[in-house]
Amino acid sequence: MAKKYFDKRNTEEAVFKCLMVLSIFIVAVSLISILATVLVKGIGALNIAMLTKTPEGGYYLGKTGGILNAILGSVILGVGATLMSLVISLPVVCYLNLYLKKNSRFALLVRFSLDVLWGVPSIVYGAFGFAAMLFLGLKASLLSGTVTVALLITPIMARSMDEIIRIIPFELKEAAYALGSTRLETAFKIIFKQAQPAILAATLVAFGRGIGDAACVLFTAGFTDSLPYSLFKPVATLPLAIFFQLGTPFPEVQKRGYAAALILTLLILTVSLSARFLSKRFTEHLLK
Amino acid sequence: MKPHISTKNLSVWYGEHHVLNNISIDIPDKKITVIIGPSGCGKTTLLKSFNRLIELQDGVKISGKVLLDGEDIYDPSCDITHLRKKMGLLFQKPQVLPMSIYENVAYGLRIHGTKDKEELDYSVEHYLKEASLWNEVKDRLNTSAWKLSIGQQQRLCLARGMAIEPEVILGDEPTAALDPISAERIEQRFLGLKNKYSIVLVTHILRQARRLADYVIFLYFGNLIEHGPAEAVFNHPKDPRTQAYIDGRFFEEHTS
Ligand SMILES: Nc1ncnc2c1ncn2[C@@H]1O[C@H](COP(=O)(O)OP(=O)(O)OP(=O)(O)O)[C@@H](O)[C@H]1O
Ligand SMILES: [Mg+2]
Repeated sequence: MAKKYFDKRNTEEAVFKCLMVLSIFIVAVSLISILATVLVKGIGALNIAMLTKTPEGGYYLGKTGGILNAILGSVILGVGATLMSLVISLPVVCYLNLYLKKNSRFALLVRFSLDVLWGVPSIVYGAFGFAAMLFLGLKASLLSGTVTVALLITPIMARSMDEIIRIIPFELKEAAYALGSTRLETAFKIIFKQAQPAILAATLVAFGRGIGDAACVLFTAGFTDSLPYSLFKPVATLPLAIFFQLGTPFPEVQKRGYAAALILTLLILTVSLSARFLSKRFTEHLLK
Repeated sequence: MKPHISTKNLSVWYGEHHVLNNISIDIPDKKITVIIGPSGCGKTTLLKSFNRLIELQDGVKISGKVLLDGEDIYDPSCDITHLRKKMGLLFQKPQVLPMSIYENVAYGLRIHGTKDKEELDYSVEHYLKEASLWNEVKDRLNTSAWKLSIGQQQRLCLARGMAIEPEVILGDEPTAALDPISAERIEQRFLGLKNKYSIVLVTHILRQARRLADYVIFLYFGNLIEHGPAEAVFNHPKDPRTQAYIDGRFFEEHTS
């Protein structure tokens, strides 16, 4: 009897372990095949000129030159939107976790709203940004694009940080207050410090999401062949460069689209890795 | 005898749960007051109501008054950060801050305005010595505080609490995580500190209570059963429940 019971539990364990390994396998294979596709199709067209020149020989579908306009545009727009979103997210998270009680209804409402906003498709943000832009009398520009992307990534950033900060032990807050810290000191010197890896991770996820989104910038940032030089002028972005180039009937131009995709992927990868590497130095004292 | 802290009809509820019932006591100035009572009777709650940390709990309701030097600390005009600076609280479970050992002690000093590096260095060393931790950590002040053993963390918290120079030290079983030698050292510290601070300690160790207490408060299921000078409470308790507790017996409710 006891033997049988034992067998059943062992079988259960084995079956579920198999399922887990299978799932991990699926994730790994998808990731590798995406990277491989981009790499194989794009590497041929990748050269120094791609990284250092603006499009030549015609409009942005140009067969020569590079996509420096889109690379710079995306970096500026992505970094700008991420910073803007960070400036909005930190106070929201601070208020939710330090100024409101745990069972506050208002906090519940804010978290629910952010979750809904997280789920809104980016094309809707794009459309909203476009409408707001017209209403304010602005044109497609770096500024409009940045603000729209910031709106898109703020729920992602705020909620990801919030989820981690919520589970920081209550005792840590108590200890800070007991020493006579104000709420703001508790937030910035203790809680955000302890949550720093989470804040960084949330920022990187939001950056990746923002820099890679095409629908948001389609109507709001526009596109141009020139390098970004003004907040109020249209700006080129990598997702749109990919979109336009892949959409042409010319195989040479399509290849350059894949090269642009490869550049975008490498860009996000580099930023993530270097940020994580840098942050290692500052996390030594964090409570484990 | 001038009381340092007094409570007047203090009652505390967590939601519907009535945790402290009409407590009126006077805590003497520059003496060691020990709160004893069975687990769950409200000792931690009482300590936390002295520095208003209790307010952070969800659904807590407080009625009555707590007076510090005659001033009502629950009055809206009371500056809560200043109040908490005056009441150094040591938690039942030591909670270090996510920083180095040095910064843990310096944190309180910094937020209360000390900037001078030499002054900080001096205070950190001084209070780590006060908490008898200095010798163990002097060579690794810049390593993480969480790497210390629990007993060392408890002493670090003591140093951190004393560094902000409170008027009152509230200790919630401050020696519970310590070996007998370190506990003895902390006890000696408290005895040495009582001419500078009013000290309120919670302890489950009755021998420790006898060694340290000038004044004793006995709580039982949220009620104040007995309080008075240590001598009187320990040797001639008036209430059979106090007698039973200090004899280490269960009290049979129906006999009262
Ligand atoms: N945040 C809370 N919410 C609801 N009930 C609580 C909360 N904190 C404590 N209590 C309850 O209040 C009562 C008193 O708790 P308290 O922590 O003050 O006891 P204590 O005397 O310190 O016990 P111990 O000696 O075990 O530390 C207990 O019954 C406990 O379950
Ligand atoms: Mg307790």
